[in-house]
Amino acid sequence: MIRALLRVFVASLLGRRLAGVLSLTAVTLGVALGLAVQIIHGAALDEFGRGMRLLAGEADLQVVGPRAGFDDNLYLKIAQQPEVRQASPVLEIEARLPGREEKLRIYGVDLFRVARVLPMLMPVAEDGAGRLLGLEPGRLFLSAAARESLELANGDLLTVQSGLRETELLISGSVPGAPAGQAFAVMDIASAQQVFDRIGVLTRVDLRLAEGVRRDDVLEQFAARLPPGVTVRPPDAGVAESSGLSRAYRVNLTMLAGIALLTGAFLVFSTQYLSVVRRGRELAFLRAMGMERALVMRGLLLEGAALGLLGGLLGVAAAHGLAALAFALVGGDLGAGYFAHVTPSVRFMPGASLVYLALGVTAGVAGAWLPARHATAQVPAQGLRAGNDSELLAANARWRAALTCIVLALLACLPGPLGGIPVFGYLAVAFILAAAVFGLPGAVGLLASPLALSSAVLARLARARLTAAPGQVVVAGAGVVASVALAVSMAIMVGSFRDSVDDWLSKVLPSDLYVRASSSVASGYLDPEAVDRIAATEGVARVVPVRYDSLRLNDAALPVTLIARPTDGGDALPVVSRGPVMDDTRPRVWITEAMADLHRLGIGDHLALPIAGRDAYFVVAGVTRDYARQHGAVIVELNDYRRLSGDHLINDLGVNLAPGANRDTVALLIRETLGDRVVEISLPAQIRAISLEIFDRTFLVTYLMQAVAVLIGLFGISTTFAALATSRSREFGMLRHLGLRRRDIGRLLALEGSLTAVVGVVIGTFAGGAIALVLVEVINRQSFHWSMDLAPPVGAIVGFALTLVVLAALAARVSGAKAMRGSAVAAVREDW
Amino acid sequence: MRSFQCLMLALGVSLAASAAERYPPVLPGKVITFPQDTGAHPDYRTEWWYITGWLQDTDGMERGFQVTFFRVRTLLGEDNPSRFAPTQLMFAHAALADLDRGRLLHDERVERALAPLAGAEEGRTRAWIGDWSLVLHEAGHYTTTVNAGDFGFDLRFDPSGEPVLNGKAGWSQKAPDPINASYYYSRPQLAVSGTLDIDAHSHAVSGQAWLDHEWSSEILPEDASGWDWIGVNLHDGGSLMAFQMRDRSGATMFNAGTLVEPGKGVQTFSPDEVRFQPLRWWASPRSGIRYPVAWAVEAGTRHFEIEPLMDDQELDSRASTGAIYWEGAIRLLEDGRQVGQGYLEMTGYGERLRM
Repeated sequence: MIRALLRVFVASLLGRRLAGVLSLTAVTLGVALGLAVQIIHGAALDEFGRGMRLLAGEADLQVVGPRAGFDDNLYLKIAQQPEVRQASPVLEIEARLPGREEKLRIYGVDLFRVARVLPMLMPVAEDGAGRLLGLEPGRLFLSAAARESLELANGDLLTVQSGLRETELLISGSVPGAPAGQAFAVMDIASAQQVFDRIGVLTRVDLRLAEGVRRDDVLEQFAARLPPGVTVRPPDAGVAESSGLSRAYRVNLTMLAGIALLTGAFLVFSTQYLSVVRRGRELAFLRAMGMERALVMRGLLLEGAALGLLGGLLGVAAAHGLAALAFALVGGDLGAGYFAHVTPSVRFMPGASLVYLALGVTAGVAGAWLPARHATAQVPAQGLRAGNDSELLAANARWRAALTCIVLALLACLPGPLGGIPVFGYLAVAFILAAAVFGLPGAVGLLASPLALSSAVLARLARARLTAAPGQVVVAGAGVVASVALAVSMAIMVGSFRDSVDDWLSKVLPSDLYVRASSSVASGYLDPEAVDRIAATEGVARVVPVRYDSLRLNDAALPVTLIARPTDGGDALPVVSRGPVMDDTRPRVWITEAMADLHRLGIGDHLALPIAGRDAYFVVAGVTRDYARQHGAVIVELNDYRRLSGDHLINDLGVNLAPGANRDTVALLIRETLGDRVVEISLPAQIRAISLEIFDRTFLVTYLMQAVAVLIGLFGISTTFAALATSRSREFGMLRHLGLRRRDIGRLLALEGSLTAVVGVVIGTFAGGAIALVLVEVINRQSFHWSMDLAPPVGAIVGFALTLVVLAALAARVSGAKAMRGSAVAAVREDW
Repeated sequence: MRSFQCLMLALGVSLAASAAERYPPVLPGKVITFPQDTGAHPDYRTEWWYITGWLQDTDGMERGFQVTFFRVRTLLGEDNPSRFAPTQLMFAHAALADLDRGRLLHDERVERALAPLAGAEEGRTRAWIGDWSLVLHEAGHYTTTVNAGDFGFDLRFDPSGEPVLNGKAGWSQKAPDPINASYYYSRPQLAVSGTLDIDAHSHAVSGQAWLDHEWSSEILPEDASGWDWIGVNLHDGGSLMAFQMRDRSGATMFNAGTLVEPGKGVQTFSPDEVRFQPLRWWASPRSGIRYPVAWAVEAGTRHFEIEPLMDDQELDSRASTGAIYWEGAIRLLEDGRQVGQGYLEMTGYGERLRM
């Protein structure tokens, strides 16, 4: 039976190669894009996680604190706990290397303890040297990857920077246990504390537990005994943190791939629909011969499934190719910057591949389902009569369904995210798309009615055709709607986002120059003396010092960035909302939107921040915008921070020039004062340009996916018209008899095509606008926790719409060309 | 004496020649006072507390044991205010000679001195690394606790007499050049009681032990290849310590000893009064190194023979500290009759120690 079905139905796919190839391509693309995103992120995360896991090694637990570290006295207490078999203190430094672009991660470890907890960090001295060589100050041991990337050998000196001071370290051996590809260095912890001015500070303690002690049992006990801001966790928690960071980005890309796949399903729908229409007589004949309705249905669904399966298989293969290409071109994070220093390789992902293959088949079956139902609903006797497609193409306006979908979409915007993923937001997007498709038939009538006023024959013919067979528009236009909606919504969202980021950047970069010794995570910083010297430089009116740290507010959440800077009562910040907290005597803190969302904080709330191992209490004075720190940030007045922490170091220094001072001269003076090799001076314009470049790179992939979706939409128009033109050859022959020239038929087709496109584009644009709103207000808000001001790029959208209409006209015209080739007589006679 | 010096060299704590000047010199004439000098002397380069002895469990089974705490001043990071500054390192080593196994069980610990995790206190003996410790209590007895991988012991040592000062009132010359000397006293005839854990069994044990405490600032002379040392509790209540330093040809370059005979007091020997003569060699099946495991030893007028508890008491810690040597329980015979039990240490029989 299956063979019969295959022969009768699936074989028919071979008869319409062009349409088949196009819908196959659409499914393939949808599957390929979605799966590629999974593979790329899966591989990058795996690699990143592997690195973290490898570097966490055999440790049972890790004690971690703020980025600036915690008092090493704590280590002595932890190491003496009876539950702890061995504790290994670690001071992790991201060393700035003056004169080099890259930074070097350096682990300061206790050589006598690290081997029992984390053997891969055990340094080994160069040949012939004693085993305790590593205890000597200034000895550095490089992993193979670091040795390679820094091009250093034993005996070479490497200059590292701490604050503004340069220190030369002697490369004295290797770290043979370092996992392949992990570039880092190891030195003695005492030397690390001294060289990097971190006396008394650790950033981590790795623990091996005593035999018989269960990890979960001690986790809570230990956590309760640790000072504020320091927490204990399993080493793989770090992997989860990094995975959480990129998850929102990943989910968004997956959604885009999903829409591509949906567009593919629409395309399958189009081709199947047309094929069913064209084969109306054949199907009726099969029914008349005694084939059961259910069997016909199954056969038609099998056709869709076959298309989906083939497309899915091709898609799975293509996805792995795409992933390889992406790794080669933009890296594992698709340019988003989540996984720096990670070089993943493509691996076959059987689970995800199966899921996407299934999605491909589902798209094929879903696309085939409605046409199959239509075909089997027909009474065989009717179908046996001369092929009359108008009946099948008659589609009723479905305003009620469209309205229902709109209401559902609105409702779906209300709930919060599920597990940090805006599931309901995506549901809203799906409802909006459905509403748009349901609205299509009715919209045809509305949009085509102005044509009735035209006296031109072709215009009236086109209108007659479209209003009589709105199904044709649905069939041809559904793909267009989906892809246009996707493109428009992304354009609006990305445009608004970019606009808001740009605006934000100019607000947070008010100074004329920015001076820093290194990025805030690395080992350079400015001490108060250096700040004073800059402030005293000729031409400098004011300096705005900023200090960064990263705090752990509770054990579960991701670390939060602490920004200590002069706030000018909030005036210096990109404040979104602020409130009167005059009567509160606590020091003020401004929180970012992400912070407000993730920690459920509002203006006037009290917030405890673990500063220097003690909880300090603040009152939330306002909410500010921040596009840089997805996991949240708090901004406190610099003087408050200094008073609480005793930390007077500075990471970034904004320099405001005195009137008439020359920027370049001042920059030069500062360079001369502090040393050219140890400071980085940037202009706000540079920082802005770099930030926006990163932004654009992040969204490059989404632009590419949009282009693909639009291409798929155009395929839809092209295939529909190709198929319709064939089935309408009689009609065209008749028109030729009536005096229309071949050229006129072409114009008629182009007109119909552009009308279809206009309907699709208009509906798609509206739907896109609505989706953009959902993206901005629901999906982005929930996954990244930041707001943005809507700034639709109207010009670009109009241009895009017009281009699409023209392209659709061309596609319709070209696809119809075949139908016009035959002689008028033959075409008409075919019917008799 | 101890394997520690070779161990330090093998570890390659590189000490510049001029660095020696930064350690206090070991000169004769210093008065060693108790209990003050049982504590650590952190200014000196190296120091160790070393207990060896024989244990007997309730079944009559005899085993040798050894536990040592070393301290070394590295001259590294003395200007570094970090609490991790490796100015003083602590090493601990424990071994058990078990006839059933036919070879030594041993384990070791290394840490930088960092109270309260590891260190050596001044004023009274207290050296520890984690849960390994050696303590002199105010009541006058010592205790040690060792939890090694496959054995452990918790022992108490009660001295039966005063400390014995070796050499000239505790100033012990090691080589022809008197610059190679240490401050050195012994506590022989320590009565042992406590428990020994081995093979998941806990044994009540008793026995006799010997404690050496020695501190110095010089490493081995350039032309020395190794040494042989014995410390024996005599059954008559006396004790014998003797050693010889060998040069690169294997010939004796220096030797000395201390004999305590009940009723006769302490007798210290000059180099020509002590003689070591190998009687029987044993080749280690693991390292291939040949050790003279049986000796004839002359100390003054007395002639002894040494027989090991078992031949295989080689200690191979090349993988960790780089040292390989023989250190084990021995019986002391005089005229074919056992007159004492103690320990023998032999170093430098393998490759020449890296300098």
